Amino acid sequence: MIQTPATPGTAAVEGGAERSAPPPVLEAIGLSKRFGTRAALREVSLATHRGELVAIVGPNGAGKTTLLSILAGEARADAGTVSRPAAEIGWVPQQPALYGRLTVAENLRLFARLERCDDVAGAVDRMLAQSGLAERASDRVETLSGGNRQRVNVAIGLLSDPEVLLLDEPSTALDPRQRERLWEFLRGLVDAGTAIVYSTHQVQEAERHAHRVLVLADGEAVYSGSPRDLEETVGASGLGFEAAFVEFLRRRGH
Amino acid sequence: MRWLLLKDLQILRRSPLLVALLVVYPIVVAVLIGLALSRGPEKPRVAILNQVPEGGEVISLGGEEVDTSRYSQQLYDAVDPVRVGSREEARELVRDGDVLGALIVPSDITSKLQSGLEPATVEVLYNAEDPVKAQLVRDTIKSQVQDANAALGRKFTGVALGELDLLVSGGNFSLLGRDFAVLGLGPAERILAQARASLPPSSPVRGQIQQVVDFARFARENLDLSDEVLGSVAEPIRVDARVVDGAGATALSSFAVALAVTVSLMFVTLLLAAGTLALEREENAFRRLVRGLVSRTALLGEKIGLAALCSLVVALVMLAGLALFVGLEWSRAPLWVAAAAAGALGFAAMGAAIGALAREVRAASLLAFMISLPVAFVALVPSGTVSGAVYDATRVVSALFPFDPALTALGAALDGSGGMLLPLAHLLVLTLAFGAAARLGLRRFG
Repeated sequence: MIQTPATPGTAAVEGGAERSAPPPVLEAIGLSKRFGTRAALREVSLATHRGELVAIVGPNGAGKTTLLSILAGEARADAGTVSRPAAEIGWVPQQPALYGRLTVAENLRLFARLERCDDVAGAVDRMLAQSGLAERASDRVETLSGGNRQRVNVAIGLLSDPEVLLLDEPSTALDPRQRERLWEFLRGLVDAGTAIVYSTHQVQEAERHAHRVLVLADGEAVYSGSPRDLEETVGASGLGFEAAFVEFLRRRGH
Repeated sequence: MRWLLLKDLQILRRSPLLVALLVVYPIVVAVLIGLALSRGPEKPRVAILNQVPEGGEVISLGGEEVDTSRYSQQLYDAVDPVRVGSREEARELVRDGDVLGALIVPSDITSKLQSGLEPATVEVLYNAEDPVKAQLVRDTIKSQVQDANAALGRKFTGVALGELDLLVSGGNFSLLGRDFAVLGLGPAERILAQARASLPPSSPVRGQIQQVVDFARFARENLDLSDEVLGSVAEPIRVDARVVDGAGATALSSFAVALAVTVSLMFVTLLLAAGTLALEREENAFRRLVRGLVSRTALLGEKIGLAALCSLVVALVMLAGLALFVGLEWSRAPLWVAAAAAGALGFAAMGAAIGALAREVRAASLLAFMISLPVAFVALVPSGTVSGAVYDATRVVSALFPFDPALTALGAALDGSGGMLLPLAHLLVLTLAFGAAARLGLRRFG
């Protein structure tokens, strides 16, 4: 098992710059989960910091969704701890969790009230502006495109202004243009200091956007570090991250 | 929780088809039941061929004239009569389906009634193409002929009793416009006793007269008893209806209203509770909601409350609508509310359990529909129509679902037949049981 450092001194960021890392905003230690006889997670640890984008990658059944579900408070770990209560973590499930017959603004307002936001109207206006959906505020969600639904989905996860945002396969089912707009939106959040942890099948997406990747295989964390470090570890810098990732898993017997 | 409730109401408001269905369905049921109760059953259309000549309907019994047309009129009132002029015409109407049957009253019916030597016969023609209608015609005519028979029988008995009384006590008798004095057994006995007393003790006639006196006494005493015997023959079986259970049975109209409201309450509540709960999962919102925003139990309570509240309003509107057709006691309105509310809660908890089990709106709606119909049918199986064991089984099955206690409670609330406490307690237990089942189902709902 490879554990990420609980309080890393530095974190690699895109472009090769280094910055000093504050204490983690979310830290999970030794998370394990079994479904019957199958071990879905085996003592996985993770820490993330303000303004950091962490991608969880791995083949199907590696435990990505299970890990995020535990961090989000949707599932309970058999062992291990999470430093932050679920209520303080923004959560964006893979499928947009929205009411199709309500408008964009009504969805945001409902969840802001359920989140017990102090200023419901302010939070709704802020998220409409941030997600670029102010003009569609009165449109029913069922009339929106998949990309715009996902933006509302993300906006709901951000209503309580969380320090940490978890996203499960956020760009699945989006076309390239919608995907690009989503990443623009997420990068804006990261620039504003939000820590984002997301799972993805798109290895190239992880390479392009993530500061750090956590590679899971068969419920085990087998790598944690920057995408470039993974290429160097494999010794396949010329082949690109995807090839290095596949080679890395092959060498580990996955 | 109130925000979720408002959200669901908002979604309902934006589902015009569903709301229309929920509103229109009970209104249609209420109007149909109301019309059925206020109009009564349709009279069967029957062709009538009356071959009795004008003025020939009157027969003379014991000096009294009896108009038999009175009895035939009762039959005509029970059907929608179509007068025809011949047997062929009657037969043709029946064959063509213009009438359900034909009744032919022969011309000799009054003379046969008058003579009493052979029974008078009426002829019934009917079309057996539709067995239900044929049965209706047979039953209607048979029932009316039996009524006429009974009425005539009573008349005959009355005449016979009058003649017997004349025979026993004596009096005047009128026949063909002439009056006769009839001595009677009682006076004859007295005269003979006086005649016997006037004879010398040694007269051999005394003994013979004594025999006649004894016979007259014997005949008078026994004929005195025959009025009771004749009364029994005229009406061998009387119906003495008594209420076994103190409070009495639910009136038919109240039962029909209770049934209509309970069926509507069941459908509306089950579909709403199952549908709105399943919708949370279908919209993927369930997992987001229960990760700290709202507890599973609160979410369940909201769905049960919403469904019960909406269907209670529908049920009360329906009761108010039915009150236009059927005389319902408005003073009992608080009891209607209690019964309908308890029933709505029971159905809502059952609907939530179905929604938690099915997890998809369409599957939940289908399952709710498929379960509710047999539950209603089983609850309505009357005793005596199936074997004892099967009936006991239907009672057990009915006790497991809210339909039967809801129907009982509503029937009791409408007309005070039977107590309400037991069905209300039954509904409370079922609400808790189905609520617990739904809560268990939510553990694997997301």
